[in-house]
Amino acid sequence: MLYLDNSATTSIHPEVRKIICDVLEKHFGNPSSLHKKGVEAEKLLNKSREIVAQSLQVNPQEIIFTSGGTEGDNLAVKGVALQYHKRGRHIITSQIEHPAVKESCRQLEELGFEVTYLGVDKYGFIAPEDLLQSIRPDTILVSIMHVNNEVGSIQPIAKIGDFLKKHHKIFFHVDAVQGFAKVPLKVKEWGIDLLTISGHKIHGPKGVGALYVKDGIKIVPLLAGGGQEAGIRSGTENVPGIVGLAKSCQIAREIFVGNSKKMLDLRKQCISMIKDKLPEAIINGPECGEVSPYILNLSVPRLKGEVLVHALEKEGIYVSTGSACSSKKNITSPVLDAMGIDQETKLGSIRVSFTYETSLEDIKMFVNNLVKIVGQLINKR
Amino acid sequence: MYDHILIRYGELSLKGKNQKSFVRQLVRNIQDKIKNYNGEKVFLDIEKGRIYLKLNGQAPEKFYEPLSKVFGIFSFSPARKVQLKIEAIQKVALEELNSLQVQPRTFRSTVRRPNKRFPVTSPEAQKLIGSYILKNTENLQVDLHHPDVEIFVEIRDDAAYIYTNKIQGLGGLPLGTGGKAVLLLSGGIDSPVAGWLTMKRGIIVEALHFYSYPYTSERAKEKVLDLARILTQYTDQINVHIVPFTKIQEAISANCYESLWITIMRRFMFRIAEKIAEKRKALALVTGESLGQVASQTVESMYAINHVIHTPVIRPLVTMDKEEIMDLARRIQTYDISIRPYEDCCTVFLPKEPKTKPKIEVCEKEEAKLDIDNLVDDAVKNTEIIKIKAKEKDAFGYF
Repeated sequence: MLYLDNSATTSIHPEVRKIICDVLEKHFGNPSSLHKKGVEAEKLLNKSREIVAQSLQVNPQEIIFTSGGTEGDNLAVKGVALQYHKRGRHIITSQIEHPAVKESCRQLEELGFEVTYLGVDKYGFIAPEDLLQSIRPDTILVSIMHVNNEVGSIQPIAKIGDFLKKHHKIFFHVDAVQGFAKVPLKVKEWGIDLLTISGHKIHGPKGVGALYVKDGIKIVPLLAGGGQEAGIRSGTENVPGIVGLAKSCQIAREIFVGNSKKMLDLRKQCISMIKDKLPEAIINGPECGEVSPYILNLSVPRLKGEVLVHALEKEGIYVSTGSACSSKKNITSPVLDAMGIDQETKLGSIRVSFTYETSLEDIKMFVNNLVKIVGQLINKR
Repeated sequence: MYDHILIRYGELSLKGKNQKSFVRQLVRNIQDKIKNYNGEKVFLDIEKGRIYLKLNGQAPEKFYEPLSKVFGIFSFSPARKVQLKIEAIQKVALEELNSLQVQPRTFRSTVRRPNKRFPVTSPEAQKLIGSYILKNTENLQVDLHHPDVEIFVEIRDDAAYIYTNKIQGLGGLPLGTGGKAVLLLSGGIDSPVAGWLTMKRGIIVEALHFYSYPYTSERAKEKVLDLARILTQYTDQINVHIVPFTKIQEAISANCYESLWITIMRRFMFRIAEKIAEKRKALALVTGESLGQVASQTVESMYAINHVIHTPVIRPLVTMDKEEIMDLARRIQTYDISIRPYEDCCTVFLPKEPKTKPKIEVCEKEEAKLDIDNLVDDAVKNTEIIKIKAKEKDAFGYF
């Protein structure tokens, strides 16, 4: 089996799995309980918060544990909008955001907010100047993703953050689910106010993530209840998941950061192999430059992405069309739409996503199989 | 590029003959502090009132945080070492100026020349450096009184050191030069601040916590350990003595006048603390008491409570306002831990109307109903010592 769908989700790292099992077994207490069992769980929670904070280079009290990326995005976007709606009701985001951000914005539109959805160029980059021009006196929130989940483009977060430093009343949320631990991120330096991460994209468990909320920013909770997570996210904490998230953050530093050069090289080699052996293939998104080493999106003309996915699956290679969240619906990807890619290319797009373990052999195997499959499929027509 | 950090120890220079041992302790403390930062060994220059940290190619910034947690350091500066030639000094002074992130509009140079064999006097050197810089820059002027940047040049025996940035240290005296004291650490806002201020004067502190389980919870204990953990940023280890106090509190509340509970309780605390201090070879107690803050902190109460022991009691906060104490607590980052809402031993057996002017005779009469020696010895005997280390592995072994 060759799993190349690591942007959808990753396998759980053995060390993380072991620790989660251990916590499930031994430390089942409720962190809010007064007794020893509770204190134990609370300690684990606090330690995990420290570790996650360290990996983002922020303060522990700025970390809110969530159920994952979708909740983090929802909480950030709606939480800020509802808290600060008296200041203004305008939000800026982009057309290539994850649905968790976009749909949250749509919900806010129903409530009377106005949303500007910034477009992107043909490589999937938003222009900071566009953003600057969209700012209005009643803008309260800018939400831009760090790494696009479908084509891997890295958005100019530092530059946007820099622009926004002049606008003290605008909050800046970054969906860092795809980029966190995999590409450089400087939360404080870049002036980020809120930032979403998720466990299962970095070989951690599913159902857990974190939202960074800069000290001093208030947000309206989406879940009312017992006041856990500083009142922002009620509900008994998912202690094993949270410990697993923290462990995966800790491991990620070793497995991803040290690997980024190797991965960039691999991605480059993959592209040149494809161009060499399958000249008709089209790379969607950036070929090099500001791009995640872990994501590659490509189309083969006249072939549907879905067909390619299944044909590769037969060979034991797992990739996806567009993003997993939208691949079940028979519509083209809004990200590729926004990039102005033609209909045929859009329908033919597949996303290959790597991880730290991906080797040159894996890449060769993928390309060779792709070439073989394309040959077979085209001949059958 | 900066190749040294120049460390000043201010007040220590006044300490006459003891100075040598003070500086040696300070050097040891600095070495302890930076050993996890791959720092090169620091070497010392006693008579000149400076310690130099040789960077060996490392960035100076990573030492700022550890150095700003060492008591006894007055200030420090990332510096460039230059050979003792005026031309070389001029050149490096210009380099220093050009390396600044924000380019100044005005500057001055300030030269100190403890090495009197250096042929150029300080005022002459200042002129030479200033004119060299003026010649080699544009849009820069000299302002002797309010310059944007002051270039400091220290001409020492072996070399000159050039710097512009002076970073404040904590001041105080090197930890370990002042003996040892026992800190009564309740978990409130005051006692950790009192402990920190005592440490700042060079005194090693062991903490003592009176634990009234089940009237107070595991979390109250955790809170105290977390407070001690904050204090370990300034030392490498703090011993926390957890004294079982439930029996004594129950005995007091069952037998004594309610209005004297607190006074008698504190008398017991002092007796126990003195015993433990003796065992640990500590020569003083430290409390977070501040005059008039609560009933037990009036002069009359202090008198009645202090009466049961001979060991001196250091009260660093005694004349401070609550606001001042809170500010300090925030600065040393104990505040957020202190305000966690768990009961401590002082709040559990709280009389409705505590005496603000307790009389010693009445206290003694009331205490006569109790087996004081046994209660005290028992508590001391069953005290648990928890060692809190600066760099602690997590207890579960997961990370």
